Amino acid sequence: MTDTLTDASPLSFEEALERFDPVLGFEVHVELNTKTKMFSSAPNAFGDEPNTNVNEVCLGLPGTLPVVNGKAVEYAVKLGLALNCEIAERCRFARKQYFYPDTPKNWQTSQYDEPIAFDGYLDIELDDGEVFRVEIERAHMEEDAGKLTHAGTSGRIQGADYSLVDYNRSGIPLVEIVTKPIVGAGSRGPELARAYVSAVRDIVKGLDISDAKMERGNVRCDANVSMMPKGTTTFGTRSETKNVNSLRAVEHAVTYEMRRHAGILAAGGTIVQETRHWQEGSRTTSSGRPKSDADDYRYFPEPDLVPIVTTAAWVEELRAQLPEPPADRKRRLLAAWGFSEQEFRDVVAAGLLDEIDETVAAGVSPSVARKWWMGEISRLANARDLEPAALGVEPVTISALNGLITQGRINDKIARQVLEHVIAGEGTPEEIVTARGLEVVSDDSGALTAAVEKAMAENPDVVEKIAAGKLKAIGALIGPVMKETRGQADAGKVREIVLAKLGIEG
Amino acid sequence: MTTHTHELIRLTAAEMAAKLRAGEITSVALTQAHLDRIAAVDGGERGINAFLHVSAEEALRTAAEVDAIRAAGGAEAEALHPLAGVPIAVKDLIVTQGQPTTAGSKMLDGWMSPYDATVVTKLRAAKLPILGKTNLDEFAMGSSTEHSAFGVTRNPWDISRIPGGSGGGSAAAVAAFEAPLALGTDTGGSIRQPGAMTGTVGGKPTYGAVSRYGAIAMASSLDQIGPVARTTEDAALLHELIAGHDPKDSTSLTGEVPALAETVRGAEVQGLRVGVIKQLQGEGYQEGVLARFHEALDALRAAGAEIVEVDCPSFEYALGAYYLIMPSEASSNLAKFDGVRYGTRVLPEVGPLTIERVMGSTRAAGFGDEVKRRIILGTYALSAGYYDAYYGSAQKVRTLIQQDFDAAFTKADVLISPTSPTVAFPLGEKDDDPLAMYLNDVATIPANLAGIPGLSVPGGLSEGLPVGIQFLAPIREDARVYRAGAALEKLLTQDAEPLWAQAPELAETAEAAAHAAGK
Repeated sequence: MTDTLTDASPLSFEEALERFDPVLGFEVHVELNTKTKMFSSAPNAFGDEPNTNVNEVCLGLPGTLPVVNGKAVEYAVKLGLALNCEIAERCRFARKQYFYPDTPKNWQTSQYDEPIAFDGYLDIELDDGEVFRVEIERAHMEEDAGKLTHAGTSGRIQGADYSLVDYNRSGIPLVEIVTKPIVGAGSRGPELARAYVSAVRDIVKGLDISDAKMERGNVRCDANVSMMPKGTTTFGTRSETKNVNSLRAVEHAVTYEMRRHAGILAAGGTIVQETRHWQEGSRTTSSGRPKSDADDYRYFPEPDLVPIVTTAAWVEELRAQLPEPPADRKRRLLAAWGFSEQEFRDVVAAGLLDEIDETVAAGVSPSVARKWWMGEISRLANARDLEPAALGVEPVTISALNGLITQGRINDKIARQVLEHVIAGEGTPEEIVTARGLEVVSDDSGALTAAVEKAMAENPDVVEKIAAGKLKAIGALIGPVMKETRGQADAGKVREIVLAKLGIEG
Repeated sequence: MTTHTHELIRLTAAEMAAKLRAGEITSVALTQAHLDRIAAVDGGERGINAFLHVSAEEALRTAAEVDAIRAAGGAEAEALHPLAGVPIAVKDLIVTQGQPTTAGSKMLDGWMSPYDATVVTKLRAAKLPILGKTNLDEFAMGSSTEHSAFGVTRNPWDISRIPGGSGGGSAAAVAAFEAPLALGTDTGGSIRQPGAMTGTVGGKPTYGAVSRYGAIAMASSLDQIGPVARTTEDAALLHELIAGHDPKDSTSLTGEVPALAETVRGAEVQGLRVGVIKQLQGEGYQEGVLARFHEALDALRAAGAEIVEVDCPSFEYALGAYYLIMPSEASSNLAKFDGVRYGTRVLPEVGPLTIERVMGSTRAAGFGDEVKRRIILGTYALSAGYYDAYYGSAQKVRTLIQQDFDAAFTKADVLISPTSPTVAFPLGEKDDDPLAMYLNDVATIPANLAGIPGLSVPGGLSEGLPVGIQFLAPIREDARVYRAGAALEKLLTQDAEPLWAQAPELAETAEAAAHAAGK
């Protein structure tokens, strides 16, 4: 754009909000984790060799016909219900037609005027506990496009030396959730944007209908932003920032677009209705393609598919299967576990709510479960550059380790070693302790007593202090005893023996 | 070519099947006889040109397999399909692994499908040797087979005339004894109208009765694969073989396949109420066609049928609705032919190589005029602001036509009309007049719009050229059209040779003579 008015400098966030109110809207695409694609039996999988998870249907070869994946419809209904939507009794797919090489048929099979779910809402809790209701216009089913990689410096199809296309993603089932315009968020707009997308992510994860990894594009957000002068009610022209793929980026993109719009409008310019690209490096957006409401996709009902009919009984059956809503669950767990708000937030941020919940269910106290997951397991995961949940540590492992500690058979330090052996695949904690002879040295054979006696003999000054009542000095004997027993002594037991030797009441 | 060969190819498919079962002939001999016939009459300047591809090796391999199984006897031989070993031709709109599929278009010249259509899978499972792929109007768009990118197909009754379309290749192949059976597709009459033009039997099953998986789509809500044969019994046998639910086609019907061949064998019309559609006669219909039509009515009446007249007022709008719905769906279905993934790719001669320009030049060079005409029409009809007026209105007409049929079928068990208003016209006659060409489908289109079954059977000659009589029945009542069609066939052939046997001898081409001499 050469028009200076569209290049006006963004206002500061505060200045922008003094003069304008934001109107927001979000389109969140959720990739469903069905085994097969939306309309074909090709596998729905991530990370495989390009163009291996394809068959004639998702390649759109001549003569092929789509067949709806029933599981995807079930997932879409569940998601609609979790978003407090109405579920259509009958709905159809339509062809959205445009020529682009990532869409092998040159139309995307989507839902147009008959979405499977509509008229819902989500209550979004902001950081300070304020609840903001976001209304959901619709949630509809569609298929994903292939993935284009453009060679050359342009990074886009225009000016590329050549472009490669991977149709593994072509036909993966998507649900697109569209909000109604969100008015009144004011300065909380960016925070609301992040919290909304986070809430949607938690819901689809809780429903186990998506892998919900934003970094893999399982959950993708298009953020619509417009600004209207304070005191007015007519929406301004909007921009649509596409494919913002992290919670932080959603927040920053909305912030930047609010400031950019305000800058242009304050300078007397007009907003171009267009798509924008999020630039992670500069935390700005750049101009994409112009988009008008009159973009003509020549929608018409997909004649190769029959309408989808949902019976009330089936919908109610699915409703009964819905898990507790994530927001309710968090409130319940916070109260049940007795963590501080900060501790709880850290657990949520680390993505370990499920793991701790399951560990507690396996019989470990919440604080011990938190200590393991937020401590040693997170440390080991970090060292391997993995998410803690990806280490493969089962709640039952933590429960077993904790049991061995409580029984006094191993100490904390040994337990951490055992955990590493579990991760290395050597077996259960019990098996590893036995196989490696890691059990705390008991005194059955007198070995521990002998080690204590040796330490006392070598440290007469310490013994003297203890005898004089400075019980803390026992700590100075524990090191040598541990050394003698290769770490397998129980510190409590050592203390007992020392005190007994000196005839002191513990 | 021996007389024996001549006799073999003039048998009906049912007779061939019986002789194979009885061990009187082998499938290899039968298949070779048809390959010889193709070599004799299909090529050259005056050849029929019914085939775009002949697959001799594959056909003979299948034939030999059948012969071996029969020779070995036992359970496997017992389990053979009744039509096993009877060769067949497949319209080149239907995809086949190992044989090219062009859809009659430059766009797919040289393309090989990596998968088989469901109907082809069924043919292979039943071990029918597939002789090859037959010519058609490009992407099945036409009523004369003149719009093929690979030359016209000629009518065996008069090689200066069209064989009908779009399935002119399949119909001509069957009429010229190049194949006893063929598969066609019918979107607005593409099986029935060529049947009428060539004196053969063409069936359009109820929409959804036969899987469309692997038939390159023209208009998805109208397309249907069906049988082409010389007798109603043969058509019924093939219909039964290809019908049945297919989980790969969401619009495919569930339920039992009706026993059509059995219906044909016992067919009579005593007490059958036959409805004459008021709107499908009179103006625009050739006198000779109407004369044969009325003779057919007389024959049916004399045999005990009750002839009634039915009124279908919405048929007036059928052609208009069809020429909005069909191009709309076709414009979408043909969008995938862009040169990006498969088929022809044509680079622009000048200017930059952008994806849009490559798609554009590919489509400009790859599609013929009639295809472009329909893509443009359909794109326009689906455009924002026009959708309701065009596509939307056409869908309403479709509902009205269905209602007309519903009402008609309360008065009649089957409906009857001439299949086509005219006999085969000379090649090139309607080149510059698409509208006149479209009018040829006026009697066949309503069945596609309503999804009901139809069957065209030979009804005699006018000016030495075949006339077709069409029967229509309610959805899923395919057996009724076979009953009425078979009864009429019986009535018209009780004192005369069947029409297909009266076709003039075809000249054998120079190539064929050379081929025969070389053997």
